[in-house]
Amino acid sequence: MGLEVVNLTAKVGDKIVLRNVSLKVDYGAVHVIMGPNGSGKSSLAYVIMGRPIYEVLEGDILLDGESIKDLPTEERALKGIFLAQQDPPQVPGVRLSSLIITFTNKKLGAKDLTRPKDPSVIKRMYEVATKLGLPREILQREVNVGFSGGEKKRSEILQAMLFDAKIVIFDEPDSGLDIDGLRIVADYIKSLRDAGKGVMLITHYARLLNYVKPDKVTVLLDGKVAATGGPELAQLVEEKGYAYLRAKIAKGGGSTGV
Amino acid sequence: MGDIVELKRELLKDVDLAEQLLGRERPVKTEVEIRGKITRSMVEEISRIKKEPDWMRRLRLRSLELFYKLPWPKWLTGIEVLDLDEMVYYAKPEAERASSWDELPKEIREYYEKLGLPELEARFLAGLVGVFDSETVYARIKKYLEEKGVIVLPMEEAVQKYPDLVKQYFMRVFPPSDHKFAALHGALWSGGTFIYVPPGVKIREPIESFFLIGRSGEGQFEHSLIVAGEGAYVEWIEGCSAPRLSRFSFHDGMVEAYAHRNATIKIITVQNWSKDVINLNNKRAIAEEGARVDWVEGSIGSKITYVYPSTILKGDNSATRSAVVTIAKGPYLKDSGSKVVHVGKNTRSQIINKTISADGGINVYRGIVRVVRGARNATANVECESLILDDKSKAHTYPHNQVDEPTASVNHEATTGRLTEQQLFYLTSRGLTEDEAKSLIVLGFLEDVLRELPFEYATVLTKVVQLEFSEYGAFG
Repeated sequence: MGLEVVNLTAKVGDKIVLRNVSLKVDYGAVHVIMGPNGSGKSSLAYVIMGRPIYEVLEGDILLDGESIKDLPTEERALKGIFLAQQDPPQVPGVRLSSLIITFTNKKLGAKDLTRPKDPSVIKRMYEVATKLGLPREILQREVNVGFSGGEKKRSEILQAMLFDAKIVIFDEPDSGLDIDGLRIVADYIKSLRDAGKGVMLITHYARLLNYVKPDKVTVLLDGKVAATGGPELAQLVEEKGYAYLRAKIAKGGGSTGV
Repeated sequence: MGDIVELKRELLKDVDLAEQLLGRERPVKTEVEIRGKITRSMVEEISRIKKEPDWMRRLRLRSLELFYKLPWPKWLTGIEVLDLDEMVYYAKPEAERASSWDELPKEIREYYEKLGLPELEARFLAGLVGVFDSETVYARIKKYLEEKGVIVLPMEEAVQKYPDLVKQYFMRVFPPSDHKFAALHGALWSGGTFIYVPPGVKIREPIESFFLIGRSGEGQFEHSLIVAGEGAYVEWIEGCSAPRLSRFSFHDGMVEAYAHRNATIKIITVQNWSKDVINLNNKRAIAEEGARVDWVEGSIGSKITYVYPSTILKGDNSATRSAVVTIAKGPYLKDSGSKVVHVGKNTRSQIINKTISADGGINVYRGIVRVVRGARNATANVECESLILDDKSKAHTYPHNQVDEPTASVNHEATTGRLTEQQLFYLTSRGLTEDEAKSLIVLGFLEDVLRELPFEYATVLTKVVQLEFSEYGAFG
């Protein structure tokens, strides 16, 4: 059960970005993906979500044992995977509230996507925004247009909360967040774990991990799984850096469980 | 010829919104039908059928001469798919003019029912005039309008009953000499609505005219004229649609509006022709001192549309606002643009043009702002926004400003937004299909214009947009 990536090799354009990657996100657990820039962390998130510019060459993606590899992005989302993007695009013209109403309607199977099928969503979105330290009026603004870095991150969290998926992928939710923001993200991740959801947390630094203790850690290097382990692996990376891991692999000739 | 075959092939595989509503063309009995080469005797026959006064007959013949003489307008590309020697230029359906829906022949009534007009009329309108092919088949206005001296009549009836009134304005706002197809319109016009609101009378409920083309290879040349007396207020809504046709039909309609001192005229058009209609609109208004003319144009359907709501701000302190929204989704062309001529002092104009191009559609903006010398302190604001939903589609903007008055202020802003792969992925990752994502973006893009429309029409337009972007009809 949970999300499983099996021997996944994928490319974008002519560039291979994932090579034979396997990993598992269990329910009630936080799986941290670490790696330097360009190691394939975000690519992994996009491929799981089915972004069309990525092509899967080999391997499979399973949700609760069923392949979702050939499903369009929206169906993966509706099956219960949510991706909070690292740098979500601006969507001029579309208010954040309209987007939330539309996707909650879609999840409820409403015919008309414009008027809220469940009117309580309006109250909830304002409550959650306040809880996340967002100004109420942000819901009336166009999605990500003129949002600060911190507002973008919080807006992704807001949507994740209202989308209520069973697998939530966070792509660097911590970059550009102040200490209050970090705490909010960490608390939310912990509450997801407590509620039995699966969390895949992509992060560049171990900073966030001071607040959330991961259940599993995978390090990607050059699109490959370089190391797997527990919280101690994150600690190792934090102390010694990726260069150390790279050198170690070169010596040992393959991925390693530390 | 190859091009035409190609165009037809494209049309056949395309899903048509008007067709979804109205289905395919069905035979409707005609009493009179005039087709073939455009000749003097054809024009005289139309005039005779309509029992017109001599001045109107002469106006038609003068227009015909101009049609022969004037060159093909350069901007009117694509109209070649029509065989002008083969079209039906006048078709009078076999139906007496009705003032209740039951009186209409079933096959015509069905079209209006599918469009939801009888219900809309009862709930919302002060009057409704229905034109089918070349003639008015339905007309009813609420009693209070008559009591206030408001005239709402089929155009030809107005020509007979109020010749002196009509003559003062008819093709004086938009003269036949303007271009070749304005001249053709002058020669062949038939159907349309005449509205006269006496000085001081304010009609808050809109009056609607609905135009249907019911057959292939038809030319529709309806002419509407709206006159608001001093201080009067009137809103006119114009809707058009057609079932799916087997050959191209041609719409060469005209709207003239005249707002006397301090009067307000609001004109709203929801154009949803089927995709085998070549749609040319000639729209012009004159605003006297302190008067206001507002245009809202929602152009959804047709194979090709040319539409340029225009206002001449003749009097001091007159104003206009023109909001045009065009959607070209598929192998279609929308050529649009508002035009304003500032003549009076302190005149104000606002032009909002929003175009949406998708699935290979092309939008062209061709607006004009002219400020003549002496139009002191005239201000004009032009905003052109184009939304392009994929790489196959295009939007071109050709604004033209001609300012001969140093105290005038003319602002032009143009922006083009392209739906990016990132945006589309972002929205689909929230569970929306690509079509739903596009529809959400389009509705957001149109939000400020939709907000100005009467609720009923905003709802209609929203539905139409959702349908356009919903291949499976799951929306709405």
